[in-house]
Amino acid sequence: MTGTLFLVQVLNGLQLGVLLFLIAAGLTLVFGVMDFINLAHGVQYMLGAYLAVAFYGVVGNFLAALVLALIAALAFGLLLEFLVFRHLYDRDHLDQVIATFGVILFLNHAVRVIWGAAPLTLPVPDGFTGSVVLMGGLLYPVWRLVIIASGLAVAAGLYGLVTFTRIGMLVRAGATNSRMVSALGINIRRLFMIVFGFGTMLAGFAGIMIAPIISVEPGMGDNILILAFVVIVIGGIGSIRGAFIAALLIGLVDTLGRSFSIDILRLMMGPSPARMAGPAIASMLIYVLMAVVLYLRPAGLFPTRGR
Amino acid sequence: MTGAALAAAGRSGLLRPRRDRVLPWLIFLAFALLPLLASLLAEQYLVDLVTRVMIFAVAAVALDLLVGYAGLISFGHAAFVGLGAYAVGILSAHGIEDALVSLPVAIAVSMLFAWLTGIVCLRTKGAYFIMITLAFGQMVYFIATSLAPYGGDNGLTIAARNTVAGFSLLKSDRAFYYVTLVCLLGTYLFCRVLVASRFGRVLRGTKENAARMATIGFTVRRFQLIAYVISGGLGGLSGFLLANSTEFVSPAFMSWQRSGELIVMVILGGVGTLDGAIIGTAAYLAAEEWLSGMVENWQVIFGPLLVLVVLFARGGLIGLASRLWRRLGHA
Repeated sequence: MTGTLFLVQVLNGLQLGVLLFLIAAGLTLVFGVMDFINLAHGVQYMLGAYLAVAFYGVVGNFLAALVLALIAALAFGLLLEFLVFRHLYDRDHLDQVIATFGVILFLNHAVRVIWGAAPLTLPVPDGFTGSVVLMGGLLYPVWRLVIIASGLAVAAGLYGLVTFTRIGMLVRAGATNSRMVSALGINIRRLFMIVFGFGTMLAGFAGIMIAPIISVEPGMGDNILILAFVVIVIGGIGSIRGAFIAALLIGLVDTLGRSFSIDILRLMMGPSPARMAGPAIASMLIYVLMAVVLYLRPAGLFPTRGR
Repeated sequence: MTGAALAAAGRSGLLRPRRDRVLPWLIFLAFALLPLLASLLAEQYLVDLVTRVMIFAVAAVALDLLVGYAGLISFGHAAFVGLGAYAVGILSAHGIEDALVSLPVAIAVSMLFAWLTGIVCLRTKGAYFIMITLAFGQMVYFIATSLAPYGGDNGLTIAARNTVAGFSLLKSDRAFYYVTLVCLLGTYLFCRVLVASRFGRVLRGTKENAARMATIGFTVRRFQLIAYVISGGLGGLSGFLLANSTEFVSPAFMSWQRSGELIVMVILGGVGTLDGAIIGTAAYLAAEEWLSGMVENWQVIFGPLLVLVVLFARGGLIGLASRLWRRLGHA
């Protein structure tokens, strides 16, 4: 029984992990390559989910809605880049923080104006409803497995892209020293735009994929943004590999901590203090993890810069 | 001289135009006269609003000390405010309701927390510092939510405002207003003196170039830690005032959104000026108050305003004002 429960929670942790990776990948590249803190990355995730719901309402087919929402998320991200973010690359981090915070405020409440404050739902696509039996009579929702698989597939594709292609090489070089890349005759602005658009699309993709199993509501990107920042800081800013490992680590630690903290604490203290302290300690775990990692390695697990 | 050095000289007073020395007088004069104005207009809510502004301004000025003068962007500053507030709340729950006890405790707890976490946080730099201060802020937040005897998630109602040496000095809103004003003035003057002192000059030096200051022979981290502890203590003062003003404490006081708002207040007004922190706080809270009275989703207006301020008003509202001033031919 406990073994099965453990396995289910490991899968849930993996699912949260790949979701975080999809968001953190874009965030870490934008931060690493452009030295741009984009707080508005979380609302791209929210927007992906809203767009998926909206397009599903029009076309009634998840796959078509997915494609349309991805295109729309990309277009909207590039529009934001053109209107706002482009003018912030040369500014200091504080200016970037406040301007992207303004974008968050606007979009969080704009979706409220357009779609209302009530949570929306998206049905799980046909053919992926219900649960499958894994080993040991374990039932697990199919869609969560689809999320894990697609997240891992994106991670593999991204790894190939970053490791083996010319553009990937430029991105890696940009994360290490973007001025040098620019000095060597690469159009760094165009590279920025490609990276930014790609990151936006990944965050939108995460929002679209998660939409069928959560309620789509204003502000849903805020907390996931903080988690994504935790991920990229633990992984080392600019490192895709670091983001991947840290995302899975955070996903697993958070999920397992939440499910088992009370049981573990009960071994050490009475049931009622354990019930009181358990949830708080579980919520704190990832932050404690981040503080410890940064104490030991002040530039994350896989630092990209020599400074 | 480079532009940065010129700017630093300007801030330190060497090249500062007179107008900058007038501005703080204007701010505090306005604060002092506001209750009169409020009773003339019979708009008593103004007193409550400006009390809130001044309470958050204490925390914002403290944050500006770090962000503007030490170059340390703390994303966990609401934790200090929350710790100060919880010190008042928890002491009050145990029957200790005098400010002579609760105020020193509130400040001491915040300073102690700042000292312990500062040692860890200051190992990191830049964005990593932002995130590790967030981490400690979140830890305090989640501890507060688990404090079931003190309200947990729902927060804790305080029976009455603190007494001062047995007198219920803070009971009337008008009296509390002026006590808050005195606290803000004290905080402001303290920080003003601090940044002008040798300590402040070293701190600004570490912001410009930490390696250079270390080479000259300063223990950079020690200066940063002292600034962090002072700033944390002032955050505790703000928390003490906040708890007494609302007669309620809640984990929401220290959510990361609150820390983010404090940063926005400082940047909106103008970083590294101290005056800017007060103006930014007033502008942010006033915008929240009035826009939310006009439209339900006031952030739809306020968000783009923030973006515009960043894109077109470098140096925040203070920077914008001084450029307008110059355009009018006063410089």
